[in-house]
This record gives sequence, structure tokens and C-alpha cells, in this order.
Amino acid sequence: MADKVLMKGNEAIAEAAIMAGCRHFFGYPITPQTEISAYMAKRMPKIGGTFLQAESELAAINMVYGAAAAGARTMTSSSSPGIALKSEGLSFLAACDLPSVIVNIQRGGPGLGGIRPSQSDYFHATRSTGHGDFHMIVLAPNTVQEMFDLTLEAFDLADKYRMPAMILGDGMLGQVMEPVDISRGNNIKTYVKDWALTGTKGLRKRNVVNSLYLSAEELELLNFQRFDKYKEVEKIARTEDYLLEDAEVVVVAYGICARIAKNAIDTARKNGIKAGLIRPVTLWPYPKHQLKAAAEKAKAFVVVEMSMGQMIEDVELSIRCSRPVLLCNRTGGMVPTREAVLESIEKAALLKGEQNADSI
Amino acid sequence: MQIVFEKPKALSDTPTHYCPGCTHGIIHRLVAEVLDELDITGETIGIAPVGCAVIHFNYFECDVAQAAHGRAPAVATGLKRVNPDNIVFSYQGDGDLAAIGTNETIHAAARGENITVIFVNNAIYGMTGGQMAPTTLPGQITQTSPYGRDTKTAGFPLRMCELLATLDGTAYAERVAVDSVKNVLKAKKAIKKAFQYQIDGKGFSIVEILSSCPTNWGLEPVKALEWLRQNMIPYYPLGVFKDKEVSR
Repeated sequence: MADKVLMKGNEAIAEAAIMAGCRHFFGYPITPQTEISAYMAKRMPKIGGTFLQAESELAAINMVYGAAAAGARTMTSSSSPGIALKSEGLSFLAACDLPSVIVNIQRGGPGLGGIRPSQSDYFHATRSTGHGDFHMIVLAPNTVQEMFDLTLEAFDLADKYRMPAMILGDGMLGQVMEPVDISRGNNIKTYVKDWALTGTKGLRKRNVVNSLYLSAEELELLNFQRFDKYKEVEKIARTEDYLLEDAEVVVVAYGICARIAKNAIDTARKNGIKAGLIRPVTLWPYPKHQLKAAAEKAKAFVVVEMSMGQMIEDVELSIRCSRPVLLCNRTGGMVPTREAVLESIEKAALLKGEQNADSI
Repeated sequence: MQIVFEKPKALSDTPTHYCPGCTHGIIHRLVAEVLDELDITGETIGIAPVGCAVIHFNYFECDVAQAAHGRAPAVATGLKRVNPDNIVFSYQGDGDLAAIGTNETIHAAARGENITVIFVNNAIYGMTGGQMAPTTLPGQITQTSPYGRDTKTAGFPLRMCELLATLDGTAYAERVAVDSVKNVLKAKKAIKKAFQYQIDGKGFSIVEILSSCPTNWGLEPVKALEWLRQNMIPYYPLGVFKDKEVSR
């Protein structure tokens, strides 16, 4: 395979997973991510791997749980309603500190919703994709190249921190085709997994993968310890910034919305508005320090997202509501236009720093 | 001093938490004896269910994954596909296997997943305090069928071995009981055969074991075994429902 290939976003994820050493993929069809399963079905048998089309998303995520418990690099993918079904398994994966990669190519909701792109699973992904106290690493690509790169990284981070990691894309990124440099996939780290279930061979004590703790004291302690680990993970929070240095209006957007925002920022600059972009690459951990630092110079923020306003809460929390924050959003499978983003930037430029967005 | 009776090596020294008269202890021992006799404990990975056996990882000396309610066959699938040389067995109760996990059970069997399922059927949800199970008999009184299971509203029990026997992927399905010495010996034979089928790569094997729950049935242990004999066995006949080797 040449180093630069034209691929769909979904295919880039699948190829990156294979290059990362994933040989066990468990899927279930749902639009708009089914290309991942199709790609895996084609490739896995040729490289000695497992592609298994499960009977449900519930079964697929629990197969991931089994494969991860066995120490393998493993992945499942779905789209919004299917990810909801995986919630049970995600909580168990987090509770048992099992490295695993989960892909959510989001579509419009709630309910069965639609099949067009959306970012309305932000809360679900970043707050708690399941019951109990836990987090997942959530990575948000905005190009097909990043679908590839961040999938590689997701496997590494999952192993390094022993926790599930999610690729949070959307139907547009999943379907669009772009050239991808796949050479990065040739440099893969491996991790020792002495906790894995492989049989004692009579040489060690039994390994147990379990999330049941009937002693509340013990469970509390484990949760404290896991959250100490999360403090370490928070250090990986990162953004891609664009014309941020002197920005008075800071646009915050992730995924496909960030690309639209960049366009609008260019036009705003031509019109004399000092606009810039912060694109969170990690949604959990959220780059709150980067946002807070930007608020020191900025007069106002604009959040662009394909939901009724979910990430906007993290922006407001990060800057402690110290600046007005405008929402430029579409929902239900609609994508914001460059013009709409530009309009929001222009509106934000008229605000004075102290003003609360609610009073506009 | 001559040792005439000892604990199987595949069982740990931890005392079990099971109620007096509960037959889980017998079934644990049978599984452990089979692991010893086949000398596979070091290769084996058990799956603990949600239910009374949820902490069986404290008792078996093999690697164990605890699974979400009903998902044991899916977890077993993941483990087995990664390391096909491991011996993977799930140990599940009737609520786990035949209600919330019916889908996982049926599809693991349909795929001919090369795993072994130990299915403990005591016709009641034990751990949560005695609610109606998918295998609760018509007329049987439980906490959630206080006037007896009314088939008009609560439907009929599932006969899992009969159901799974219809699937091409099922290599071996047998129903046994642990109500008498004779039947306990038969149960062990069936468990051993199920593990041997997995070792030989024959596909999905399941042993359904009719078991008692004196606490939630509200019966003394001996009476509970009598109740099992008189009520469960007529509804859930013992025997081999599928044997790939014989039907060939």
C-alpha cells in the first residue's frame, strides 16, 4: 500500500486500527459507520484477525470486554443509538480498567433520529457513557487524516492508561474521502499486560477481571484511585489553535464544525475582526486551561456545534463564565454554514468583554 | 495417614457464601473435579455471571472474568477468539442465561462458539431474593408471582436445552439434576463431556443442571430436593438433547 491513499473517514479508522495491532473487531451494522465493519470483514481474515458481526451492540461491546480482558487490542464501532446500547459495557470496561477503543460516528438524535451528521452525543461521551463514576478518553478528529492518526493514538492511550478510549466523529467525517498519509502506522508501541486472562499455566496466581465490590469502603477507595489516575490523564488535553494569538473573538469548535469555523474566521479577519479558533482535539480531558488562558485576552467566545448546545457548557465552565459565550448551532443532522458562523463572530465582536451573553 | 477424600485442586480454600442446602456447592465441586481430571485449570478461564455465583472467582483457581448480567457468552466469545487454546466456560443462572442473556446464549450457540456453558436452573432469581425466573414453573409461588405463576399473564417457562438443540452450532446439550447421588454422578459425566467437546474443538456445549434453592423456595434442603424431583424434572426432562457425535 502506498503511503498516501484516498480513503473514507470510516475506512481510515479501520485501517489505523489494524496498523495499531487490533486483530479483534466486533461490530453491528448501523448507518453512518458501517464501512468500518465492511472494511474489517474484508481485511481481518487475511491477516489472521477476527471480524465478528455480533447479534447486538450489547453483545459486541461485551465481546470487546472479553477480548480486552484477554489482553488483545480490540475495537467496536457504532453510531449514536448503538452507542447508547453499549453504555452498559463501557461502564464495565472502565470499571475493570480494560483498554479498548470505541468509535462513535454520530448521527442526529434523540431516538432513532436520522442518519445525517451530528454532535449531539457530546454529553453522553464526555460526562459518562454509562452508569457510575468514570471517564473515557474522547478524541475528536476533524479530517480523514486525523481519523487515522487519532485512532492510532487511541489504542496507545487506552493501553497506557488502561481505560476505554473513544473516537467521536460524525457522519460527515465518516463518509468524506480525503488523502491519508498512513506511514505513521508503522511505529507502534506495545505494553506488557500481566493482568490479562490467558490461563495461569500453573505458574501464577489467578487473574480476575471484576467490577463487583460489596464493601462500600473498598469501592470508594478504588474510585478515588481511578480518579487519581484521571488527574494524570488530564495532562493529555490538547487543542489545535488557529490565529489565536491576538484574537478578540475566540471560536471554539471541534470536528467538522472547526473546519467550517476556520473558513468563517478567515473572512472575519478580512473584514477587520480579530477572530481565532480553539479546536479541542481531546474532548475528555477537556482543554480547560487552554480555554481559560484564551479568556484573558478575548472579549467574547462563539461555540459552533451540531447539537442544541452541549460543549458550550464546558466552554463556560472552563472560562468560569467570565466572557460572553454565543452559540452557533444546528441540530438534527443539519450542518452550520460558514455564513452563520461569520454572523455569530460579527455579533460577538460588538460585545464588550464583561457583558453576559444572556442579556444580548 | 492415608488421604481418602480431598478438595479438588481447582477449588480455592475460600469458604463459599452459598446458603445452607444450596446445590451451587455441589456443582462448583463437579466443575472443579473435571478441571482437575482433564488437567486444564491452568488453561481455563471462567466467566462469573450476575446472580448467586457472581463471586465464583473467589472459589475457582483459574483466571476469571466477571460479566455483566446475561453477557457471559459474549464475554466468553471475546476471550476465546483471542486465545482459542484457552478453555473458556461460563457459569450462569436461569435469570442470567434465559432472560436478560437469552440473545447472547442463542447466538453463541448458533455460531458454534467453542465454549462450555454451565447452566444452573433453580427456577428462581436467588440473589435478589426469590423473584419469578424465566424457568419458574406454572403455578410456582415467588416474590413476583405471589399467587403462583399465571401463564395467562406471565407466560410459560423456557426449556433452554430443547431450544438450543435445534441449532446447528450446538454440539452438545444435556440436562441433568443434582438431587441424588446417582444424578450427581451423571451430572459430573455430562460436565466432563462438555469440557472434552470444547477441548476437541467440537463447538458449543451446554449442561443444564436442575438445582435447588431452599432459601427462596422456603423449603428445608431435603424437601427442596424432593420438590425438584416431583415438580422440576417432569417439566424439564433429564437427558441428552443434542450430541453432534451421536446424531452424525
